[in-house]
Amino acid sequence: MKIMLNKVEKKFVIEELKKYKNPEASVVESLKFVQKRLRWISLDVMNEISRIISVPVSKIESIATFYNHIFRKPVGKNIVKYCDGVVCYINGYKKIKNVISKHLKIKPGQTTKDNKFTLIPICCLGNCNNSPTIMINENLFSNVNITSSIDILERIK
Amino acid sequence: MNNYFHKNEETHPLTWRINNYKESVSIGEYENKRGYLALKFALKNLSPNEVISIVKDSKLKGRGGGGFLTGEKWNLIPKKKNSCEDIYLLCNADEMEPGTYKDRFLMERLPHLLLEGIILSAYAIQASFSYIFLREEYYLSKTLLEKSILEAKKKKYIGKNILNSGFNLEIFIHTGAGRYICGEETALINSLEGKRPNPRTKPPFPSQSGLWNKPTCVNNVETLSNIPAIILNGSKWYKNISKNDDTGTKLMGFSGKVKKPGIWELPFGIKAREILEDYAGGMKDGYYLKAWLPGGSGTGILTESYLDISMDFKSVYLAGSRLGTGISIAIDNEINIVSLLFNIETFFARESCGWCTPCREGLPWSLKILQDLKNKIGKPGDIEMLEKICKNLDVGKTFCAFAPGAVSPLYNAIKYFREEFENGIDFNGPNIKNKIFGIQSNNLNSI
Repeated sequence: MKIMLNKVEKKFVIEELKKYKNPEASVVESLKFVQKRLRWISLDVMNEISRIISVPVSKIESIATFYNHIFRKPVGKNIVKYCDGVVCYINGYKKIKNVISKHLKIKPGQTTKDNKFTLIPICCLGNCNNSPTIMINENLFSNVNITSSIDILERIK
Repeated sequence: MNNYFHKNEETHPLTWRINNYKESVSIGEYENKRGYLALKFALKNLSPNEVISIVKDSKLKGRGGGGFLTGEKWNLIPKKKNSCEDIYLLCNADEMEPGTYKDRFLMERLPHLLLEGIILSAYAIQASFSYIFLREEYYLSKTLLEKSILEAKKKKYIGKNILNSGFNLEIFIHTGAGRYICGEETALINSLEGKRPNPRTKPPFPSQSGLWNKPTCVNNVETLSNIPAIILNGSKWYKNISKNDDTGTKLMGFSGKVKKPGIWELPFGIKAREILEDYAGGMKDGYYLKAWLPGGSGTGILTESYLDISMDFKSVYLAGSRLGTGISIAIDNEINIVSLLFNIETFFARESCGWCTPCREGLPWSLKILQDLKNKIGKPGDIEMLEKICKNLDVGKTFCAFAPGAVSPLYNAIKYFREEFENGIDFNGPNIKNKIFGIQSNNLNSI
């Protein structure tokens, strides 16, 4: 079945177009907006955006594949990101990553069977004075350790 | 001693307004503490050229890592001939360098200081549009900045005919989607235009032809946050608050296994040891300092013996590194340098935009060698190959400054900790590499 944009999303894509001098400039924001609901960007979505804003789908794809936060495969309901920046490396992010990975029974880049969690690495989150850091969706968790990171995951529905 | 909460306007132009309860300074609080006064003064009494000449005279250097004189950069923007002409001011808030968190600190604690800086700078170069290119993961900064822009609009600091001066400015927030290269000024412009964010060829420089082929100026968050104090207190004062040639103050800090990791506003010329010991409280018990990165992971690694260098652009450069973002990272005795470099180069290899060959091919290559050395299965000649990669990715060999930044910690690490690299070599293992340096490098039949 084709995954299509809903009315709100279509309106957003059209409105976004007005904010910039060229239609390509609106692509990232539009993709991010649509991704909020669908959780990933499929070819159908890109085709539809391409039709609305009159930008070739190849151009949209070249943008979509470049950025880390545009997902080209379905992801889980919650995105768990562990910071693997140099300071978190010094402060032992690997332990945190391993414990989360074991708890969720997935490797980085994978999604749990119940589609609840996806685990991915992220570049330094700018929270080095409170390292190690993880981010779940839009929430930042500072000074996490082996036990607290599991507690945080357990609390998320 | 730690004067984190004993600041005044004279010595801490950036952070004297921050409060002890770790919240963002509201517009009311900001205005009560002489906020937007510089803007009111400049719009009433100074012409755009006068603002530029004050900033030029203050010798303020870009705080994003490049260290180019801000006033000079502004001066390169052609003077506006008619009011319909568009000039853009871009605020670079795409902070992603591992180990760096100064811009986030400023945006979350003092959003109005940044906005005042942007408005003043836009006035100086006569820009009517300004975009804050914000990293996507900085969700709190986004919320706070959006709220602050609305507040400033209500007070007529942003919008049409600002404070009845005839000057118009709109400020937009544009969030990225997670790529480190977007922090490079021309890649940032491409990203804003919706193109794949590869760096652009210079010339033309952004000051001539930038965003949508219009004159564009890109400044870092910390640079822009310095402007209000310079306008209010003058360039002479600004030059006097530092301890040496680089003027003004800089957000500096230490993270890693130190007692109190953090960020402080300090005058240029302060010794790195002072920051580590007096401000960050020294190393945690049981650890000692083995090496340090002066300003983020794209700056050359230095040993403990360099801790007494003064923290300013020239001194750190002469020590064989770069001041970069000024936020230092302490590397303790438990860290293996090869593994640390593997972590740093993984970041850079992952984030390379792939536009030019040395960077696209060289960084993953260095990563493979580092992985072998880390796993103690390196081959004789591997270290020399790493050195060669460092040379081929150095300044001038690649399209932008990404690769030189990426290899500078590696280059220095080999220089100072060669033994640790040598420990990763398995002298009994097969050595294919030596054989392929024959007449025909692709002829592997003889192996």
